[in-house]
Amino acid sequence: MVWLFGLLWPLLGIHADGTLSFTKAFNVWFYIFAVTLVIVVVVVLQKQGILDGFGRSLGAGKTGLTAVYARTPQWAWIAAVAVLALVFPIFTGRYEQDVAINVLVYVCLGLGLNIVIGLAGMLDLGYIAFYGVGAYTYALLSVNFQIPFWLSLPVAAFTACIAGCIIGYPTLRMRGDYLAIVTLGFGEIVRIILNNWMELTNGPNGILGIKAPGIFFPSFAEGFSLEHLYLKKLHYLYYVILLLAVLTVIAVRRLNISRIGRAWEAIREDETAAELMGVNTYRLKLLAYAMGAIFAGLAGAFFAARVRFVSPESFTFLESATVLAMVVLGGMASIPGVILGALALIVLPEIFREFELYRMLCLGGAMVMMMVFKPSGFIAAKRLGRRSEEREG
Amino acid sequence: MEFFLQQLINGLTLGGIYALIALGYTMVYGIIQLINFAHGEFFAAGGYMGVILLSFLAGQGYLQTHPWLCLGGAMLLAMVFCAFLAMAVEKVAYMPLRKSTRLAALVSALGMSIFLSNGLMLTQGVYDKPYPAAFSQGGFEFGNIVVSYLQIMIVLITIGLLIFLNILVFKTRIGKAMRATAQDKVMSALVGINSNKIISLTFAIGASLAAAAGIMVGLYYGSVNYTMGFVPGIKAFAAAVLGGIGNITGAMLGGLIIGMVEIFGAGYISGQYKDVFAFIILIAVLYFRPTGIMGENVDDTRV
Repeated sequence: MVWLFGLLWPLLGIHADGTLSFTKAFNVWFYIFAVTLVIVVVVVLQKQGILDGFGRSLGAGKTGLTAVYARTPQWAWIAAVAVLALVFPIFTGRYEQDVAINVLVYVCLGLGLNIVIGLAGMLDLGYIAFYGVGAYTYALLSVNFQIPFWLSLPVAAFTACIAGCIIGYPTLRMRGDYLAIVTLGFGEIVRIILNNWMELTNGPNGILGIKAPGIFFPSFAEGFSLEHLYLKKLHYLYYVILLLAVLTVIAVRRLNISRIGRAWEAIREDETAAELMGVNTYRLKLLAYAMGAIFAGLAGAFFAARVRFVSPESFTFLESATVLAMVVLGGMASIPGVILGALALIVLPEIFREFELYRMLCLGGAMVMMMVFKPSGFIAAKRLGRRSEEREG
Repeated sequence: MEFFLQQLINGLTLGGIYALIALGYTMVYGIIQLINFAHGEFFAAGGYMGVILLSFLAGQGYLQTHPWLCLGGAMLLAMVFCAFLAMAVEKVAYMPLRKSTRLAALVSALGMSIFLSNGLMLTQGVYDKPYPAAFSQGGFEFGNIVVSYLQIMIVLITIGLLIFLNILVFKTRIGKAMRATAQDKVMSALVGINSNKIISLTFAIGASLAAAAGIMVGLYYGSVNYTMGFVPGIKAFAAAVLGGIGNITGAMLGGLIIGMVEIFGAGYISGQYKDVFAFIILIAVLYFRPTGIMGENVDDTRV
């Protein structure tokens, strides 16, 4: 495997301005080589059984942890996480809250995409388009009609849902690979339209002056009255997105264990068989699209309200790929996995700020590596099978 | 009418380039049923190799004295390089996944694409790299219609490569082995065809065609950029689908049609939305005629 990465070197090594200079490219190449070497060494060691002792102690630790996990009732864990999430802004500053808000936005997005990819097994590469539709819906409503955030939220979800159906409808006849490339195309179309429809979206300049979400706050100054406040402080926004994320988690969980969720999983495992068993694949796939789009629309509306500025730059293909990587790395169809994925992919780049340039490179590499070594992700879903059509071929 | 003819010539040039890229998609898809998302990056890498080699030669002064020789050499080297790159990518990212789910292979391909394009960005910089301007001058003029030497050269090289590919696939033993592997991997292995080698070779051929296209695009537009592989990649895929995926003649035809549609759409309808036309064709073809215009039999599981 090392020699294969050795083959990549001319791409990374020659730096032409008439002459050959190696230094900058050599650094990049050196990092990649070092990381590859470490991975290869670990893999080789594991194959030869040298890591077995280490693995056993790790396994023992794991079983111990699992035992502790099993002994504590589930509500205690949920309560602990909830309390932690609730008190989080009290102990942290602006920066941490900002990161936390980002994580929660991506949790919403990741869970929405998880419905489409993880549960229904359809690879959607244009997912960020729905996020964009949600964001632009709130932006336009807020700027043109001064409609408040909470009223716009369902509207954003609805328009995203409509967009999901429009995109979903012609693609439903396709499977797997074609679907991926068509959704990719649709995502690009939405971005190009946002970029070029000057009258509506103000083109590449974006829309400014979006209002933050407001709440009615009881005020006792002159008797009792309701006062309308805009939530501009970061920790209020944190609670808003926390609410959205919790709603998303609950909704996706309920969907997952419901009849619909099982039908989606049946479609993922084997579409033909599912259809034969009486699953209405057509309607359910459309539903998966719509549901995924709704959560993306909600997250998008919040994004617009938080940044108070939207432009097509925020909705590129790389964003789609990032969300996809969260779902894939964390574990398809697994809710804790997706949350972990979002956490890792937002927090790790913040920690390794000096390697900012290498972020997407690592992301791509990690996606390949994950698929090769552990395709089910860090936290694998409980119900996961293999599609029968692949086993034949 | 003059405008029409001019657009026709531009469309032919662009279409030839799309056809070259589309061939890589269609051959790989035909043989292992995988969309090679990294294919656009081979195209970009080819363009970069071209700019690197040509500016190196220009710096040494050879480009001014023997321009065509230099171009030929650079193109050949870039094609060989991309062939090896593609084989490496195939070994690292696709071969271990041949037995796993399709979703896994697709995600891996996507990851490889992101990895390669960012590798290009990190090593070559974010800015456009200009091609040396030795080839951009001159051309024939028929009234108001201008046909540059560059366009003629692109069309000629494209035709040459397409003929070469057709001979390779339909007349030689290797081509026969490739077609056999595409039809049935188990049976072809039984008659002694090393399918791993053939798959590797398919990737190499596709990538070298893409590299040639990359250099020609670089010459045509005057510069290369690390993101240049993405949109032409999708359009070329649209061309492959339009022609019937897995079908080599279809991919050539599809590339030409997509190139023409893009140029005429940009000329007569709207230049801003020129990228949209190819996607609309892609969606329309998949919806109404998933087997493409030259469609082979595509069984239910593929579409």
